[in-house]
Amino acid sequence: MDGLDTSMDTTAHHGKADELLPASAPRLTLTGISKSFPGVRALHKVSLSLYPGQVTALIGENGAGKSTLVKIMTGIYQPDSGEIGIDGQATTLPSAHAAFGHGITAIHQETVLFDDLSVAENIFLGHAPRTRFGTIDWRTMRNNAREVLETMRAGHIDADARLKDLGIANKHLVAVARAMSIDARIVIMDEPTAALSMKEIEELFLLIEFLKSEGKAVLFISHKFDEIYRIADRYTVFRDGEMVGEGLLKDATQNEIVRMMVGRNVDHIFPQREPKIGAPVLSVSGLSHPTEFDDISFELRKGEILGFYGLVGAGRSEVMQAIAGITRTSGGTISLDGKTIAPKSAADSIEAGIVYVPEERGKQGVVIGLPIFQNVSLPSLKRTSKSGVLRLAEEFSLARSYTERLDLRASSLSQDVGTLSGGNQQKVVIAKWLATAPKVIILDEPTKGIDIGSKAAVHGFMAELVAQGLSVIMVSSELPEILGMSDRVVVMREGRIAATYDNKGLDAETLVRTAAGIAA
Amino acid sequence: MKSFLKYREIWLLAGIVVLIGLISTRFPGFANPANLRQVFNDTSILMILALGQMVVILTRSIDLSMASNLCFTGMVVAMLNAAHPAIPIPVLIVVALALGLVLGAINGFLVWRLNIPSIVVTLGTLTIYRGATFVVSGGAWVNADQMSPDFINFQRAALLGLPVLSWIALLVIAVFFLVMTRTAIGRSIYAIGVNPTASVYAGIDVGRTKFIVFCISGMIGGLAGYLWISRYVIASVEVANGYELNIIAACVIGGISIAGGIGSVCGAVLGALFLGIISNALPVINISPFWQMAISGSAIILAVVLNARGERRQGRIILRKAEAA
Repeated sequence: MDGLDTSMDTTAHHGKADELLPASAPRLTLTGISKSFPGVRALHKVSLSLYPGQVTALIGENGAGKSTLVKIMTGIYQPDSGEIGIDGQATTLPSAHAAFGHGITAIHQETVLFDDLSVAENIFLGHAPRTRFGTIDWRTMRNNAREVLETMRAGHIDADARLKDLGIANKHLVAVARAMSIDARIVIMDEPTAALSMKEIEELFLLIEFLKSEGKAVLFISHKFDEIYRIADRYTVFRDGEMVGEGLLKDATQNEIVRMMVGRNVDHIFPQREPKIGAPVLSVSGLSHPTEFDDISFELRKGEILGFYGLVGAGRSEVMQAIAGITRTSGGTISLDGKTIAPKSAADSIEAGIVYVPEERGKQGVVIGLPIFQNVSLPSLKRTSKSGVLRLAEEFSLARSYTERLDLRASSLSQDVGTLSGGNQQKVVIAKWLATAPKVIILDEPTKGIDIGSKAAVHGFMAELVAQGLSVIMVSSELPEILGMSDRVVVMREGRIAATYDNKGLDAETLVRTAAGIAA
Repeated sequence: MKSFLKYREIWLLAGIVVLIGLISTRFPGFANPANLRQVFNDTSILMILALGQMVVILTRSIDLSMASNLCFTGMVVAMLNAAHPAIPIPVLIVVALALGLVLGAINGFLVWRLNIPSIVVTLGTLTIYRGATFVVSGGAWVNADQMSPDFINFQRAALLGLPVLSWIALLVIAVFFLVMTRTAIGRSIYAIGVNPTASVYAGIDVGRTKFIVFCISGMIGGLAGYLWISRYVIASVEVANGYELNIIAACVIGGISIAGGIGSVCGAVLGALFLGIISNALPVINISPFWQMAISGSAIILAVVLNARGERRQGRIILRKAEAA
């Protein structure tokens, strides 16, 4: 704990890491790892080394094999061939338990913890301190939990709180606390920042610096280059299940790494638009909710992209859910094309012409188990059926026209959506909403966790939509996206609108400051 | 997913064929068409009930009150017939359907509006509906000699070589097949079973859909009430006591996932046939009823194990494709 203060001093630490580089031996080495599933080669002779006290970034587009590798490292999958070495000793990881025993722990994209257990229970699940009668020693457990949390400067988290009452960022902190408590030596972070806001990401980075100072070997998986350059020391790039490059980040430029990832140069430039903004389409006035938001007023105009920025938990999604008829409000009015609407269900809003594309793709968007065309037609069943009887031909043509516009890659529309990659699933979700022919489309974190190529496709499509006269609300926690796509930006803080900006000469700092409530 | 479902149902069909083959070694006449038609007819009521239960289970719910509903509706229809023998049978069938619908709607309303878990609601109405049977009948029986000949013979009449009961079962199967594959409500039932949250966002009213499935299972319970009473020609408070478990067993054997969203009309029908064959054949080849129970029970566990495996494999495939695509 005494070392904490120096550990947070990143500059000093970087110097130390660099000195260590040539001398220190890798903590974990994977050599020539291959893994195939029937019909699919997920990994082909890939190698990866993780060094103590260093962060290695694993970079690759969706489907490059990153998740498979993580599953091999955590003992969930067995490689078909290849070697795993820990501290120079060849070993195997036949089970998750074995990986755990070697001190390997993973903090996932969507955190796998137990919502109904307390923070302390989550931290010590499976290795709770015992009394001499063999029962759980609750007092010691609570104290230890507090101690671990404080070490991580996360003392604000109540060890007795139920996990489900915490925000995503705090859940991540609990996951890290768990890793600390089992004395993990290898920490895998699988897109830990995907759902975090700027401020929370900063906190996470401090935490990673702390893990480095404790001599942990960290594997950091992220799509975001600014983060990778901020926090990682080394990189390993995967493409289509093969390792295509590795080295020290200070020796590689972003463009070089992007070229390795995609095998070509990609300049992620936001689409150039010449917005033709018309009359107000949607006006929201004084919208309130007993607990989530208060006095929300804004206007959305025809052909406009209105960005909603704020920290996670600022109430942006909740406002959108109210407009979409999913959450009830306690006051205020919503009007569309001058007519006041009071949606009581999602069906009402869809009927009126407002659709909401939710944030959690897996839970709220795709219906895995149903084929693509049925997913696309799900909110349009009224239109594709006649007095309750489905017209399959119409369903198919609806699905075909929208999936083609979005350049969906699937062998057949009768394929289960579960068999598609994340980016393609997202296209199915967007197609399904567009198929309802809406006037206003609300996109909640539309590019969260998808690869660069799919991101560009989604952005290009948003530009196309507004050019056709649709109006878009885009809730996003990614600053480049907000700045690159929005015509105007609404910033929310703690359930209220903090400011609305015209996106002309708007800078990221202003947004972050407004969202965090810091005076300029 | 579809190919796996087919896969599973084909296995169930194969199991049924093997079962018939085994029985034929002990009782050669079993596999001849006339006898198989008889088995089908004997299983008709269970098949109909299993289909009603299937739509409920697909929405992650359960209807434990079906057998009690059957008992109550059957009793009312029988008493009506005993008191007014002139009422034509089709009218009585409509009465049975309507009465069943009301009982199902009560379940559905409680699940929908009061948001009580269906297992609790129907555990309650299971007792209430059977109690209500006692109240309307005063505990008395309606015997064969009180029923009109039409009441008893309607389902036995032969039509194109099959009894009317079998035709009713075939009709119900056809209707369910069309509803599940070709209507918006059928699609919604699958969607809310697979992913209720995403269905809400897609504008599907989950509560209302659940209400509808309970109405369907109620109507089926009512229809089965008339069919049961006129088949076994006795109406009492004890009719079909505990039969809800057979209905659920038929669904489970037929590959309907208790977790919702997975299952087909074909599966439910085959599951019911499997149980029907066991209960028909075993007494004939002198196997004690206790073995019957053990065999039915083993079939349920086996089916669940196989289905769980099928689902797990399915999950893996999703993972691997998602990772590798």
